[in-house]
Amino acid sequence: MREKGSEMGNASRQYATFYLGELFFGVEVCQVQEVLRHQEMTCVPLAPDVVEGLINLRGQIVTAVDMRQKFGLNRRPAGKAPMNMVVRTDDGAASLLVDEIGDVIEAPEDSFELPPDNIPPGRRELIDGVYKLQHGLLMVLNTERALAVARTD
Amino acid sequence: MGGMDDQDIIREFLIESSENLARLDEEIVLLERKPKDAELLASVFRTFHTIKGTCGFLGYSKLEAITHIAENILSQLRNGERDLTPPLVSLLLETIDAIKQVLRSLEATGEEGEEEYAELRERLRVACEGESAPAAQTPQAPAPVEETAVARTPSAADSTIRVDVGLLDKLMNLVGELVLARNQILQFNARHEDAALNANSQRLNLITTELQESVMKTRMQPIGVVWNKLPRLVRDVAASCQKRITLEMDGADTGIDRTILEAIKDPLTHMVRNCCDHGIEMPSERERLGKPAVGRLSLRAYHEGGHVNIEIVDDGAGIDPERIKAKAVQKGLIRQEQAERLSDREAMQLVFLPGFSTAERVTSISGRGVGMDVVKTNIEKIGGVVDLASTPGQGTTVKIKIPLTLAIIPGLVVHSGGERFVIPQVSLLELVRLEGESGLRQIERVQGSPVYRRRGMLLPIAYLNEILGLKPEDSAADAVNIVVLQAEDRQFGLVVDGISDTQEIVVKPLGKLLKGLDCYSGATIMGDGRVALILDVLGVAQRSGVCTESRESSRGVQAQASKQEGLRQSLLLFRCGSFERLAVPLSQVARLEEFPAARIEQAAGRPVVQYRGRILPLVDLGRQLDGRSQPDRAQDPLQVIVFGEGNKTVGVMVDRILDILEEEVSEMRKTRRPGILGSVVVGSRVTDLLNLEPVMRSASEDDPASLGALGAALQSEEETALAGERI
Repeated sequence: MREKGSEMGNASRQYATFYLGELFFGVEVCQVQEVLRHQEMTCVPLAPDVVEGLINLRGQIVTAVDMRQKFGLNRRPAGKAPMNMVVRTDDGAASLLVDEIGDVIEAPEDSFELPPDNIPPGRRELIDGVYKLQHGLLMVLNTERALAVARTD
Repeated sequence: MGGMDDQDIIREFLIESSENLARLDEEIVLLERKPKDAELLASVFRTFHTIKGTCGFLGYSKLEAITHIAENILSQLRNGERDLTPPLVSLLLETIDAIKQVLRSLEATGEEGEEEYAELRERLRVACEGESAPAAQTPQAPAPVEETAVARTPSAADSTIRVDVGLLDKLMNLVGELVLARNQILQFNARHEDAALNANSQRLNLITTELQESVMKTRMQPIGVVWNKLPRLVRDVAASCQKRITLEMDGADTGIDRTILEAIKDPLTHMVRNCCDHGIEMPSERERLGKPAVGRLSLRAYHEGGHVNIEIVDDGAGIDPERIKAKAVQKGLIRQEQAERLSDREAMQLVFLPGFSTAERVTSISGRGVGMDVVKTNIEKIGGVVDLASTPGQGTTVKIKIPLTLAIIPGLVVHSGGERFVIPQVSLLELVRLEGESGLRQIERVQGSPVYRRRGMLLPIAYLNEILGLKPEDSAADAVNIVVLQAEDRQFGLVVDGISDTQEIVVKPLGKLLKGLDCYSGATIMGDGRVALILDVLGVAQRSGVCTESRESSRGVQAQASKQEGLRQSLLLFRCGSFERLAVPLSQVARLEEFPAARIEQAAGRPVVQYRGRILPLVDLGRQLDGRSQPDRAQDPLQVIVFGEGNKTVGVMVDRILDILEEEVSEMRKTRRPGILGSVVVGSRVTDLLNLEPVMRSASEDDPASLGALGAALQSEEETALAGERI
């Protein structure tokens, strides 16, 4: 869990954002290694459903995880290739497959709130919290859990 | 002492000491400026202490005496009993020079030298006892030691450097990347006909290969590094059980990648301990049995075809298969009726089951029954194989086969269900291609399970696309490709849609999300830049059910192992000239090939054939053995056994390949016929063993192969029905 910086009124954090359909997510900038267009992938038979395939990222083998699957959303419409948001983890790099990449935005600390209780438990743990921004809500992705071995699926 | 001998220890000592001394010079000068720096003082003290300790151990009394007094002075300084004065610093530096001189003499002559250093020692002694250090009789900075004292030859320390292991690992990774880039360029090159590009990429290929080998060598360490602890271990174990054991070690300089060395350290120690504790009997018992009272334990290591073999042989009590079976049944590891069906050889493998300990009583030395299964797992983890053979009353042999390195391995690229996979070559036994309608019918069913008759034995068959849940290839298959694989001690055939070629691949681990999949051991990047998964042969076998965990073996047809002595060996049987049944060890065979007679050409009056971009000299074996050509030589295609590797390959023309058998070979009856080593009984028939050496020699007398290696691209252009891959 993140520390609450409410006493520091004007502090803010930077988030790299992406969309899954209408949903708006953010990953802390320091965790993001790079953002890539759709890459050729090698599928991994027998792998958990969320694992879409393996990507060659300049000689490094990166597992691509479909965020739509992870959040239990519908399949991506045919003909729409996902984007890669490559994040750093303890286990090396991994790629989040998302619909679209958004801007890097500054989210003021005082607009942060823990995830509301009415999110279904399986999905609630994937989110660290919500920023109430002017034009909508930004959900902070917990990348570690989003990339953990699928227990809930 | 064996293993790492004294010479090596002294060399190590010299290298280490000269590094230490170089540092000492610096530190003492620094200390003069900061005499109160406790950390610096401690470091200087430690260095002197180390040198003194090692000198004492190696028996260099002169060095020990000098360093001992210096150490005392430093100890006083460290305890704050006195202050460091400039004269004292000079004295210490002088001492270091003296040590250097002795070391140089040691390196050159192996002796400490004539000089007694009595005067220096006296001054050190006075300094140690007195309040202040007396000035040297000639009050001047100590003269640098004369370079001419000993003839200047490049010292051991000059020709080696210490390198951070992390740096070596990084280097290895980079070479891995380079190998990938090389593969990509070679593949690109194959599509473009450009002479300049071709020449350059060939050069790149050669350089990369050489670089890869050299970097791999930098990570190699002699197995002696692990072995040198064993003499002491054996001695201690023997003493504590009142046994007498001699340890012989052969091949201590065999190099292995350091990561692998780490991994085999514990298993090796454990097995040696086991041999001493359980294997070798008490002296009285041995004498009663008519064996020498002193037990013998011998370790042997050697390279063989990209692998390192380690053998641990004892002449102890051996393992009684019946006792093992009984034990396994008693422990509930197998059922009684299963035990009865096991051959002696299979019974031996029970030792490796988890929860098995053969010792009647558990001793403090050999652990508590967490033994051999852990050994096996650890060795298999690094892609190795353990085998155990034993003759009751005669002794036990444990054979370990491990790869030279883990990072870059040769692999076979196959296709299935539209995907590409790599199979590590270690597990590969052979490739079988069944063509046409009749070929498809050769896969038969036993109670619904597919099998293939491979040289008279049933080989269980599994389909890769079914195992992995992939769609079968659409095109009506007109041929079946079977990759015959070895998983633990079982063999099975894996049907794939297509077989491309063999490649050096760089093994990369899979991410956490995929760790649970036992079908894959990693992934690699192919020449086209895409990722391919590396199959874990054991995992695939288990998943497909061709190799079940319960020991209900499918190989009941296994040739009954005779009670004769001798090691099991795989032999290739063939017919040639007037010899109906000839054999060579399969380990010496690189490949089996068929060439149309039309492809035979002449070079310098000898038959040759173009083979994989090289010129392969052919030997007419029938003519060599019988002294004349067989009149019915007109057969087409020619059957050729390829021996050797790299530039030194020779193709031997034979009449017919008969079979491959794995059997214990009976005692050999020597013959005096040229080209024949002797006769043995194989597969219950008398067979002549070919003497390969003169055959190879006859081909290389004027070696046409040296005409040029045009390209080493590993393309299997020929659709060989049977390619006995060397493993």
